[in-house]
Amino acid sequence: MAHQLSLDVNGRAAHLTVDDPDTPLLYVLRDDLGLHGPRFGCGLGQCGSCTVHVDGQAVRSCITPVSGLKPGARIVTLEGLGGPDRLHPVQAAFIEEQAAQCGYCINGMIMQSAALLNENPKPDETAIRQALAQNLCRCGTHLRIVRAVRRAAGTL
Amino acid sequence: MNAPLLSRRNLLLQGGALVVGFALSGRNAQAQIFAPVATDGFSKPVAPDQVDSFLALGADGRATIFSGKVDLGTGIETAMAQIAAEELDLPLDRVTVVQGDTALTPDQGPTYGSLSIQKGGVEIRQAAATARARLVQLASERLGLPADALATENGTVRPKSGGKAINYAELVRGGRLDLKVDPAVATKDPATFALVGKSVARIDIPEKITGRFTYMQDYRVPGMVHARVVRPPTIGARLESVDEASVASVPGLIKVVRQGNFLAVVTEKEWAAVKAAGLIKATWSKWEGLPEQDKLWQHVRATKVTKDDVTSSTGDAEAALGQAARTLEASYDFAIHTHGSIGPSCAIAVFADGLLTCWTASQMTHALRKQLAAMTGLAPEAVRCIYVEGSGCYGRNGHEDAAGDAALLARAVGRPVRVQWSRADEHGWDPKGPPTLIDLKAGLDGQGNVSAWSSQFHVPEGAAGNVPLVAADLAGLPHETALAPGNVIQNSALPYAFPNVRTVCHRLATTPFRPSWIRTPGRMQNTYANEAFLDECAAAAGADPLDYRLRALKDPRGIAVLKRVAEIAGWQARTPPVKEASGDVLRGRGISYVKYELNRTYVAGVAEVEVDRGTGRVRVPRFFVVQDCGQIINPDGVRNQLDGNVIQTVSRVLMEEVTFDRGAVTSLDWASYPILAFPDVPEVVSDLIDRPTEKPWGAGEPSAAIVPAAISNAIFDATGARLRSVPFTPAKVKAALQAT
Ligand code: FES
Ligand code: FES
Repeated sequence: MAHQLSLDVNGRAAHLTVDDPDTPLLYVLRDDLGLHGPRFGCGLGQCGSCTVHVDGQAVRSCITPVSGLKPGARIVTLEGLGGPDRLHPVQAAFIEEQAAQCGYCINGMIMQSAALLNENPKPDETAIRQALAQNLCRCGTHLRIVRAVRRAAGTL
Repeated sequence: MNAPLLSRRNLLLQGGALVVGFALSGRNAQAQIFAPVATDGFSKPVAPDQVDSFLALGADGRATIFSGKVDLGTGIETAMAQIAAEELDLPLDRVTVVQGDTALTPDQGPTYGSLSIQKGGVEIRQAAATARARLVQLASERLGLPADALATENGTVRPKSGGKAINYAELVRGGRLDLKVDPAVATKDPATFALVGKSVARIDIPEKITGRFTYMQDYRVPGMVHARVVRPPTIGARLESVDEASVASVPGLIKVVRQGNFLAVVTEKEWAAVKAAGLIKATWSKWEGLPEQDKLWQHVRATKVTKDDVTSSTGDAEAALGQAARTLEASYDFAIHTHGSIGPSCAIAVFADGLLTCWTASQMTHALRKQLAAMTGLAPEAVRCIYVEGSGCYGRNGHEDAAGDAALLARAVGRPVRVQWSRADEHGWDPKGPPTLIDLKAGLDGQGNVSAWSSQFHVPEGAAGNVPLVAADLAGLPHETALAPGNVIQNSALPYAFPNVRTVCHRLATTPFRPSWIRTPGRMQNTYANEAFLDECAAAAGADPLDYRLRALKDPRGIAVLKRVAEIAGWQARTPPVKEASGDVLRGRGISYVKYELNRTYVAGVAEVEVDRGTGRVRVPRFFVVQDCGQIINPDGVRNQLDGNVIQTVSRVLMEEVTFDRGAVTSLDWASYPILAFPDVPEVVSDLIDRPTEKPWGAGEPSAAIVPAAISNAIFDATGARLRSVPFTPAKVKAALQAT
């Protein structure tokens, strides 16, 4: 059953038709809109690598069926958060701290942290670690990630 | 980094072969995408003795480096660029690195064993130095000046006395250098290094941070369709029947592919493949060939031994044990582990005109090419594997298997096929770090020094080479089974000078799951047993564990890392355990040391632990680590690896264990196979001993080796209980506490 969809993705209107209303947002972003920021890690809401912002909230796009999105929902992905010539402060801090190894988890780390800083602009280290507790990294980049978030918050 | 870099990378990824005009001598790079490797006279040389195999100097003043070693997220791309730029006297941003393309890059061996810099980087350094010497020679002929009157600088050769500089591009006009790599070539004096030894920013990070990077999982080719594999419910189950009607309603279904026990669904869109893989009805035979998990170690002991490797033999350990003032005996075990890549494996293959092209995140594209050739019956020359970076793999995970799946499916449907593994595919079907069991005995003399040491390691027979591809196995296709003994026996022998030592590895004919290497294979498990058991000896001797090691160590570089780690950790000499009498949380610290494979990188570490007496829960709040890997290429990159090794291994030691029933893995997601998360990640305090005039050694693995024993020793220091079975779960810790 085809499902019509109107979204605001990174500030642009996107009108799409999907075959299946259960299609998770992640697949629409990656396969229909060709975005590379949100990543497939588990499809189970366990790792955080697919995180995007929906109306300002950090959301696991792998378990967000498009049928559950409000028409015109505002989606921001890592690409939309900031680009090479206008980096978001969290992105700039991640580069400054060289906070990546393979970088596969980093989309989730940045999107989750940016959402945290929107709500709590000066989190301490414990609050940062708590906010990222559901975001997994296997390369062991955690410490640089925490430092980058502190840098972005101006508390380093 | 900047816009030109983005477009170069995209060009590379889309064209398959950016390779500056001259290297492909006029061929249309776009046409190479499905390319003709053997049949069309591809002109880029790849023989490892040729300079042109490793580098090309473009007319635009840029250099392209062709690296057989690939960046698995460890920063190798940047380090290779640093080495080449240094040796060529080029600015770093004028170097591009092409990695792991069997048509373009020399076969420098798989990216494993901490050899990328040590072997791959040194080969690139020699090629670049040979090229630079030739450039100087060409300029000398052109200018009529002796070579020693010339200097290279910023991509030019110029007379030292002043005068006009000549661009490299002018000197190599018309193409190749046609030159053999001179292994004896003079490389730069480390005292003059401008880039090597400096913490330059990684080339790939800006794109990864802004969502512009193309991972394997993002890669797309025109006309591509999507597939998901449907693995058997048990490892050995046979596929009896498939009900194709069960997926008939899935939109865009192209084909249900069945070959032997291999089953997959292919669809136009990706989500449809996920749906179809969940909906498809198939019947499989019963199979219960796995051992019972709680009898795993009995199973390992009962497994047929095919041969014994004696890895060291000094004096007469048996006799000396008989004469010792005191003897100790213990067994250590290390559970079956998965790699745990955050992104499940993915690959794309296209099969056209009898040629197979495969985009893969494989750490060993050249070896994979042979495997795919064997599986498909093609000549290796008709197969091209192109590396595209994926999620970090930490050894041989599922990347190669996904490539095998894609190759089989591309042939079956006649279109480019992208295969994306699910989380359960990765956790369930990546080859596993094998179970490791180690029995040790030691004898102490009257002073408490080790007079005899005898150890036996139970490790798989084949643990390297080419792990059989799942697709070939399930479909009953031919294998390329160059299963090599590998290096899992490394570091079973000791770095200490004890008078009577015998260390033996019993090579087991089978292991419950396909074995492969997980980061620091064998060296991690073996060092764990050796360094923890040595701590038992120190405790029995009433000695300080650091002092006890230093007494038996003759190697000055080893002594230096141990002393340095003691310094940064504020180590106070005393005899463990401290065993505070009161309080719920007990604190302790433990030390550990490795000389990697007994012939390279030195690492020493100190773990601090907190043990909750009530729950048995262990935390590692802080870990100190010091490494000497000889000449360091990128210190910040090495520190990143130290953090990574420590954190990943703390996770392995405290939490990780593959669970299984009689048929298959049951830990199929992050809930059933949890890994360390932010709140429990230790602070890592690291220090590097740089030795610019020494050989550069590997840094990707060695520091993982010291972590398990440091934690076990710290728990003993805190509690007096000895943990000998990884993972150190709360239940095991509680049981050990009760027993002391
Ligand atoms: S991919 Fe969405 S949480 Fe893992
Ligand atoms: S950087 Fe590789 S998973 Fe986090």
